[in-house]
Amino acid sequence: MMSKIVRTITNILYSSILIFGFYIIMHGHLTPGGGFQGGAVVASGIALVLIAYGYDTVRNWFKKSNLSFLESIGALAFIGIAFLGIGTTFFYNFLANSGGLFGDPTVIGINPGNLDTSGVLPLMNWAVGLKVLAGLGSVVLLMAYGIRKGDEE
Amino acid sequence: MRKYVLLAALLIVSGFMLLSAVDMHPFGSPEKEDMDKYFIDNAQEEVSANNVVTSIVFDYRGFDTLGEATVLFTAVVGVSLIFRRLIK
Repeated sequence: MMSKIVRTITNILYSSILIFGFYIIMHGHLTPGGGFQGGAVVASGIALVLIAYGYDTVRNWFKKSNLSFLESIGALAFIGIAFLGIGTTFFYNFLANSGGLFGDPTVIGINPGNLDTSGVLPLMNWAVGLKVLAGLGSVVLLMAYGIRKGDEE
Repeated sequence: MRKYVLLAALLIVSGFMLLSAVDMHPFGSPEKEDMDKYFIDNAQEEVSANNVVTSIVFDYRGFDTLGEATVLFTAVVGVSLIFRRLIK
């Protein structure tokens, strides 16, 4: 556990980092970024909390089994969405321009952006984002556990 | 003797590097631009996404992203395997 200054700054910054990461995931089809980048930002937030509070406190907040569950959900959702378009080809974007969920046609050319466009891309961004944040988060947690164990010995 | 061999190797490698640097075509004008042109012209209409990079990563080249996700999964599995001994 780090000093009180670090913990206070972490308390202020943590929610902003999480919100920024989820914003990057959510707007992956409109602005630079996407699932991988947003998931990495969220995982860096987890790493910040881990450094500030130490493994023993954080272990009760993020259960590693929950993170593995989240990662499996992300991977299965990604492959499942890819399989849903198998009527045409694997990874076919069957929702784009269909008028349904995320199916609005986008304006050709420079436009401010509409969140309700681009078919399966936002869903895949969420799947990959969940996968990356759970994967990198569990990697960070495991490494923190290893460091703690190494300090004890 | 070893010094001369190293010097010759350095000269040969840097010669090849300089040769390819002279032969490089200017930035922003690729040699074959059919595919880039297609993506830039049609990505917004076909995938209806503003971000052409995301439309390539998740739609045109979805298989590549699947492989990338598999690489990440493998990395996580590897880290868990290495640190399993510590946790037990």
